Amino acid sequence: MPLTGGVVRPLLELAGLRKSYGGLDVLKGVDLAVAPGELVFVIGPSGSGKSTLLRCCNRLEEPDGGTVIVDGENILASGVDLNRVRQKIGMVFQAFNLYPHMTALGNVTLALRKVQGMARAPAEAKARDALAAVGLADKQAAYPIQLSGGQQQRVAIARALALEPKIVLFDEPTSALDPELVGSVLAVMRELKAGGMTMVVVSHELAFARDAADRVVFMDGGRIVEQGPPAAIFGSPREARTRDFVAKLAERS
Amino acid sequence: MEDGWARFVFAYLNPDVAAEWGPKIFEGAVITIELGLATIAAGLFFGMALAVLRASAPRWVGRVIVAFVDVFRAWPPLVVIIVLFYAFPYVDLPMGAFTATWLALSLVLAAFAEEIWWAGLQSVPKGQWEAARSTGLSHLQALVWVAVPQAVRMTIPPLVNRTIAIVKGTALGSVVALPEILGQATSASSLAGNPTPLTLAALAYLAIFLPVVILGRWIETRFAWKR
Amino acid sequence: METLNTILEVFFNAEIAVRVFPFLLRGLGMTLLLCALVIPLGLAGGLALAWAASLERRWLRVLCVVYVDFFRAFPPLVLLIFLFFGLPFAGIDLPSIAAVGIGFFLNASSYYGEIFRAGVESVPKGQWEAARSTGLTRFQTMTAVILPQATRNVLPDLIGNTLEVAKLTSIASVVALGELLHTARLAQSLVYNPTPIVMAAMLYLALFWPVVRLLSRLEHRNIARR
Repeated sequence: MPLTGGVVRPLLELAGLRKSYGGLDVLKGVDLAVAPGELVFVIGPSGSGKSTLLRCCNRLEEPDGGTVIVDGENILASGVDLNRVRQKIGMVFQAFNLYPHMTALGNVTLALRKVQGMARAPAEAKARDALAAVGLADKQAAYPIQLSGGQQQRVAIARALALEPKIVLFDEPTSALDPELVGSVLAVMRELKAGGMTMVVVSHELAFARDAADRVVFMDGGRIVEQGPPAAIFGSPREARTRDFVAKLAERS
Repeated sequence: MEDGWARFVFAYLNPDVAAEWGPKIFEGAVITIELGLATIAAGLFFGMALAVLRASAPRWVGRVIVAFVDVFRAWPPLVVIIVLFYAFPYVDLPMGAFTATWLALSLVLAAFAEEIWWAGLQSVPKGQWEAARSTGLSHLQALVWVAVPQAVRMTIPPLVNRTIAIVKGTALGSVVALPEILGQATSASSLAGNPTPLTLAALAYLAIFLPVVILGRWIETRFAWKR
Repeated sequence: METLNTILEVFFNAEIAVRVFPFLLRGLGMTLLLCALVIPLGLAGGLALAWAASLERRWLRVLCVVYVDFFRAFPPLVLLIFLFFGLPFAGIDLPSIAAVGIGFFLNASSYYGEIFRAGVESVPKGQWEAARSTGLTRFQTMTAVILPQATRNVLPDLIGNTLEVAKLTSIASVVALGELLHTARLAQSLVYNPTPIVMAAMLYLALFWPVVRLLSRLEHRNIARR
């Protein structure tokens, strides 16, 4: 997998991305290119700007500077139809953020019907397929409160996938889960990867990063400190900060 | 345009009419404030007494209190005022406009306050009661020193809002010819043939209630129940 | 026994009751009609206010607070009197039903607006983010995702305020709109006996008591959930 795109045009391209909150610089100029089909794994201490980086990619946070190009389109350009662009960028949240007043099926169909304007029957058929793909074909009528955390997160993944995004952003998708439920979510993510989905994952699941990631990016203090194949970042990091952080992570897990 | 504005001023902001009837509106404001304070004092006290009674007395007493609360939450205050003012004289219990309005609003406020205090008392976790009783406090002592102080905190925002809403009902007294602000203003504007007294009344109400509403908003954010 | 009979004779005179009952029923019908007019008006205004307050515009939010506080400080009866007796001096002659509609809209929307705003704020931010990340517009997110949850969170307050608005229709009697209280007072002055007023009070109780019970139950369930 090419690191910087090479001849393949990157699907996601960040250049000089900056973001600050009330004088505090959270992102201090981040450059990152993600090739189609690539799984980029982002690690870093809390407050390093990982989540903000993801949330700038679909403008849930408004970047203060730089460019975000998704599938050849500058999404920070004025006049861009944000709601159309966002369908191309799936997002999976730490807290799932399922709609509690809707069934699993309702959660998945909402955007299909409201944003893509699909009729009820085809939208539901598509949603059922998406739920089946995450192993929850039998849970379509369940409300979020009736599902385990792992199941809820898989519904959230199905919600993102049903829109047929070009890329999916995962913001600590397993951090809110009990340890025994993490596996089911990671399994779905592995399948996605095998199917050729482009993914950016912020997470602390080292084992998953080792065998599923194409590239690991280490962030600290609002910058990318180091990046490379998992073996290199976890085995022989060049930077002292990376080494410290990886050692701490390994100790914890 | 110029002309229209002049006519508007002549009608609604007429200085001569304002000077003539201002003192009357002021007299009305004094009555409004007296009535409001008397209602707050009686309503909140009676409501608290009922809540404490319901928390300590036998079940049937509680049922009677619930019935009282239900009835006065269901009745429009104006209906209560009119029943007291127009119906009781028939059995030789004539009631002045002030007394009728005060009694009606106090009963309504007491009903709402009881419900709010009671809900507050219920929300105090059982463990608080057990801890208090385990240290030898009596039921009443636990109620007064442990439960009530915790209940007060969470009941203040709804209580303040409800009190404002009910005390605004002092204007209903004008229907039974109580010479409070609105009563003075309506008779003044028909005597003067000019609505300026109504403008004065509107300003007087804002002067009295706007600070209270803003205070209520401040209290709401201060005492917001943090979960 | 003698006194009891006298009291019954005065406050619930059966003969008079039978005579005025059809009249009062017509008043009750008007009260219900008024409710059907002013409650949806107030709800719509409240929703619009909550929507305006949810937009991230400081001046708009300040404007909403000023509007809400202004009409919370203003006794509804004063508003109604101003609209009905005050506006004709400016050449605006409102029929009483229009004065009631406007007055109730201004008053009720401020209360409903405050309730909906609190409800919208009670929905976690993640719900907005999830919905927007799938391409829903602000408005779609509000109507399909946020409001259903917000409404459920503030349901007791919504019902409570609706009850207050319904009760408040009794002040329409002041501008001679023939609702229940007005017809009762008219009947009382004709028969010179308080029975019609007492009957009206009973009718109000029959109408609103079930709502009070429902509210009480909802409030207690909320406490139990804490």
